[in-house]
Formats: sequence, C-alpha cells, structure tokens
Amino acid sequence: MATAVPSAPAPNPPARLTLRERLPSIGTLGPFVALLLACAFFATRHERFLTGENFALVLQQVMVVGVIAIGQTLVILTAGIDLSCGMVMALGGVVMARLATSMGIPAPAAIAAGIGVTTLFGAVNGLLVTRIRLPPFIVTLGTLNIAFAATQLYSDAQTITEVPPVMVALGNTFPVAGTRVVYGVVLMLVLYLLAAVILRQTAAGRHVYAVGNNPEATRLLGIDTSRVLLAVYTLAGALYGVAALLSVARTGVGDPNAGQTENLDAITAVVLGGTSLFGGRGLLLGSLVGALIVGVFRNGLTLMGVSSVYQVLVTGVLVILAVATDQLSRREGR
Amino acid sequence: MLLRLSSCFSAVLVLGSALAAPARAQVPVIGLITKTSTNPFFVKMREGAEAAAKVAGARLLTGSGRGDGDNAGQVTAMENMVAAGARVILITVSDAKAIVPSIRKARARGVLVIALDSPTDPMDATDAFLGTDNYQAGILIGRYARAALGARPARIVTLDLLPGHPVGAQRHNGFLAGMGLVAPAATANTLGKPDEVVCMADSYGDQAKGQTGMENCLQRIPDVTVVYTVNEPSAAGAARALKVAGKDKTVILVTVDGGCQGVRDVAAGAIAATAQQYPVRMAELGVQAGVTFVKTGKKPSGYTDTGVALIAARSVKGVESRDVQAGLASCFGNK
Repeated sequence: MATAVPSAPAPNPPARLTLRERLPSIGTLGPFVALLLACAFFATRHERFLTGENFALVLQQVMVVGVIAIGQTLVILTAGIDLSCGMVMALGGVVMARLATSMGIPAPAAIAAGIGVTTLFGAVNGLLVTRIRLPPFIVTLGTLNIAFAATQLYSDAQTITEVPPVMVALGNTFPVAGTRVVYGVVLMLVLYLLAAVILRQTAAGRHVYAVGNNPEATRLLGIDTSRVLLAVYTLAGALYGVAALLSVARTGVGDPNAGQTENLDAITAVVLGGTSLFGGRGLLLGSLVGALIVGVFRNGLTLMGVSSVYQVLVTGVLVILAVATDQLSRREGR
Repeated sequence: MLLRLSSCFSAVLVLGSALAAPARAQVPVIGLITKTSTNPFFVKMREGAEAAAKVAGARLLTGSGRGDGDNAGQVTAMENMVAAGARVILITVSDAKAIVPSIRKARARGVLVIALDSPTDPMDATDAFLGTDNYQAGILIGRYARAALGARPARIVTLDLLPGHPVGAQRHNGFLAGMGLVAPAATANTLGKPDEVVCMADSYGDQAKGQTGMENCLQRIPDVTVVYTVNEPSAAGAARALKVAGKDKTVILVTVDGGCQGVRDVAAGAIAATAQQYPVRMAELGVQAGVTFVKTGKKPSGYTDTGVALIAARSVKGVESRDVQAGLASCFGNK
C-alpha cells in the first residue's frame, strides 16, 4: 500500500528526475546548513557560546515550542494549519495546574486531565475539518478564541502557583558529561525520533504525506482521508498537552497568559525546517532545527549584547528564504 | 469575541432602557473601557469604578478590547457607549495613537474623555489623564537597589517590555536615574544604556520570555548583581532563572506593578522590591471627575498622578518603603 502512494519515492527513470531530486534535497539540507552557519558565527563571537551548558540552555528554551511544532508539522503535512496550538496548550497547562492545586487532585491524574482536554480540542478541530469540511484556518481560528476564553475563565486570569513537584519534575536536570540537561529536553528528542520513524517507516505515516500531496488521488486509492486527518489533529492536540506539561515544568506555574505567540512561533519553526505549507513535503526533524535556529539566534545575539529585535529580523528573512526555496523547487518539479 | 459581543449586547440593553425612561435622564452615565476584561489590574479598576459610581449615584457601562493592542474592540465599545447616552468615557488605551481619531469624534459630540493608566499620543487628545508616574516608579526601585547593593559593583541586567513602548522606557530610565546612573529624561522613548547595564533583553511582560531573557543574560554575564524587570510576571520568570543558577540569594531583583502575586513574591524573597500602582484610585478619580462634569459642566484637565509606593520585605537605610502587609492590603488580583 505504502509504495502506491503518490509521495513515496518511486523507482522512476533517473534522467528526468535529477533536477527534481536535487532541489528538494537542498530544501531539506538548507535548515541544517543555516543552523551550522549560525553556530559557527556565534562561536567566533563569544567564548561561552560553544559550551555544553549553553547548548543545554538553548535546547530547554525551545522544548515547549519544539513539541508544539511536532503537532504543527503533522497538520501542515496534510496541507492544513493549526492556529489554536498555543492557546490550547495554555488551557491544558492551566487545567492541570488548577486541578492539582485548588482541587487537590493527585498530580498524575491532573496531568492526564490536562492532556485529555488538549486532545479533545484537537479532536474537535479534526471533526470540524473532516465532517463539516471547514477550512483548517477558520476552524482553528475559532478554537483559538474558544481556548483563550476558556483559559481566562477557568483560571480567573490568575497565575497558578505552588504546583506539586511531580508536575515540574520534567524541569529538573541530570548531568551529561558535566552539563546539566533538563528531562523535558530528552522527552522532546524522544518524541521527535518516534514521530519521525512513524512518518517515514509506517503506512500510516506515509498516508499523512499522501493526504497532503493529493487528497483526491489518495481517496481513490482506498485510503480513508477523513480518518487520517482526524487522527492527525487529535494527535496534535495530545502533543500540545505534552507541551503544556513542559511549559508548567519550565516556568513552575500554570500561566493563563502562556502560548500567546506559540502558534506563529511553531509555524515559523516548521517553515524554517523546510516543510511545505502546501502539504505533502517536509522532514519532521527539520522542525526541530527550525526551532533551534530561532533559539540559537536569540541566545547568540544576547551573548553578543545585540538587541533581540535583530533575532526577529533574521527570523523574518529566513522564513521568506525557506518558503521561496520550497516554491521554486515546486515550480521546477512540475 | 464572546467578550466583545457581550459588551455590545449590554450597551444595546442600556440604550433600550435609556430610551424607555427619559425622565431619569439626570443620572450621569459613565463608560469605562479597559484593555482587557480579565487582567487583574483592570478587574480591580472596574471594581473601583463600580463602587465609586454607586456612591456618586452614576450609572457605569463597562467594555473592553479583547486583548492588549485590540484597538478596534475599544473603538466599538466607545461608539456603543456614546450611543447609549454616556456623557463620560474613561479609557485605558490599548493603542495610544490609533484610538485618537475615535476619541476626537466622541469629544466633538460633547463627551468628556479621560485616559486612565496610560496616556494617548498626543496626550492632549483626551481632556485629562490619570495614571501612575512610571518614571517615578522606576526611580523608587532604582534607589532601593542602589542602597541594597552597598559597596558591590553595579552589574545590571534589564528585562524590558518591548521596543518603542513608552511605559517600558519610562520605568527603565527612571530605574537608571534612581540608581544614580546616566539616564534619559522622563519624556524619552529610548532605553538608556550606561556601562553598568551589561545585558538587556525584551520580556514582553511575559513570564516565560522573562525567564529565557534572564537565562541568556546569565550566560553572558554570570556575575550580575542587579536585575530590573518591567513587571511582576517577567520578574517571576527572572527569579526562576536566578534560582536555577543559584544566584537568587545574591542578586537584587526589582520590578514594578504591585499585583497580589508580585507582593507575595516579595514576601517570599524572590523579588526584593516592587513599585505598587493604584488602579482603584485611577477609577475613583475618573468617576468623580465624570460626575462633576455631568452635574456642573466643569472639565478636568492635564495629568494627575495617582501615586506609586515602594513595597519591600526588607527595608534599606535611607529609602522609604512599605512592608508586605501594606502591599497586600492594596494589591490587585486574588489575595
């Protein structure tokens, strides 16, 4: 089944494919090269940049948006978009923190409930996209507002402090070769590897690409595209729940004002990582690289003593470069 | 969206009842428009306005934008309130410039408009402005940090609001002036950066972004001695980064706001001192001025300082401060 899917690398005549094959591979390598160049540049600017401690720091600073970006990548691969991710994450964080503090529910159950709420939001997104066939942009714009209001109402717009230690355990560190690494970073890396393997190696993973590439052809091949989409949005919701837990662990509080910029931050990471906004093409690990590029610039420019506005500027330029590369390679591919 | 709809709806209801009962036209109708309806600072302001309106026998309409920066939502609320017969509008503007044309339109219809908390640009677009002197708030915490520092060198990290925001610049520059450093004037909209300021980052007033900024600055300058942040959520983020780095006991962290959570952080030692603002005072003075205007036609004008006080758990010599109990008594947010 998997080999029949349009996006799967097929054994085609090589002569026609040389250009097509080369351009996407530049698109895939681009983000990695950009990250390496940025690191090399900052290493020459400040002696503390190239330390294990500093890298551990950048990783922990991108772990929340990194995990959100996994869900966002899945959605974008199906040619969708999820604007609700940051607000849904904030709601999940507030739910788990409030249940565990003022309601006195044991932390593991509270965490499960928080992830349950975000998963439910993901499922609602998926149902509206598949059953009522609304555009994902509008659906998730709606749930963004709903999740925002629910977060403010449920938390009374107050930051929730004194969360139990279990809930912030992922923010604790363990030593790796003399550097303190946060457990949450390990969880993020494991999730990336797991999701990457599923996307590349399983039929279900290939279906995600196929739906984004050509939904009509995919449906004609006998694949239930609605089921694939519903699964993707629901899984994305669950991942936002994990991100909520990481956010609570990192800041130590349930913050109703969290997640305000995370939707665009996650989309930025996905696009910087070379995933096509038109769906069907992209590498999951690229999204991690995309998130790291933003984190490295923010960290490196601070080390240099340069205003962080320049990080915003650089991000903007890189986003346009990434999308332009994708567009050009797509045009050549026709 | 829901919030905005409900405020439109209530304005329509009020309009209906105002038309139905022309005999009661002498009750002053005052509209209060805040940036958001959920932020504890504005909730407290609304409660203060409701209480003051009750005392003065005025009717209060309330509305807000959806979030910080939602100018269109505020314009809609103002139009609805004027249509509902409000003679006075009290507004905490989200966008100091974009709101001005709508305010001019309302004033042209004889409505008194008073800015609360933050001024419009230009300031004389409203009849009067009631708010915190943010430069003075900065001076208070700067003086405290200077005295608490003693003979140690000043190696300062500032976690600011966002580029180009006047409130962020006033607090930042006031703090520098209070520290006895070279600082731009109170009217400047650029951030001063004397040599003692060794690292600056934008926190956007957000806890997670404040934490990230502090972490990165600690990478650059491990031996920081003083941290200024623009508000208490960003200070909470900075405190967490300092604690992880084991520097929470030696670094002096000062900030501005006076919310209940911030005062509790002062009590716990996470924040050394905060400058407390008084949203209730802004609302009370605004409602009183509005009632006077409706009854006598007398308009207020210019800027009125609604006061700011230094709250610290540990007082330092030569700097007047209030203790945590006093801070909790007049804080905003859940006590």
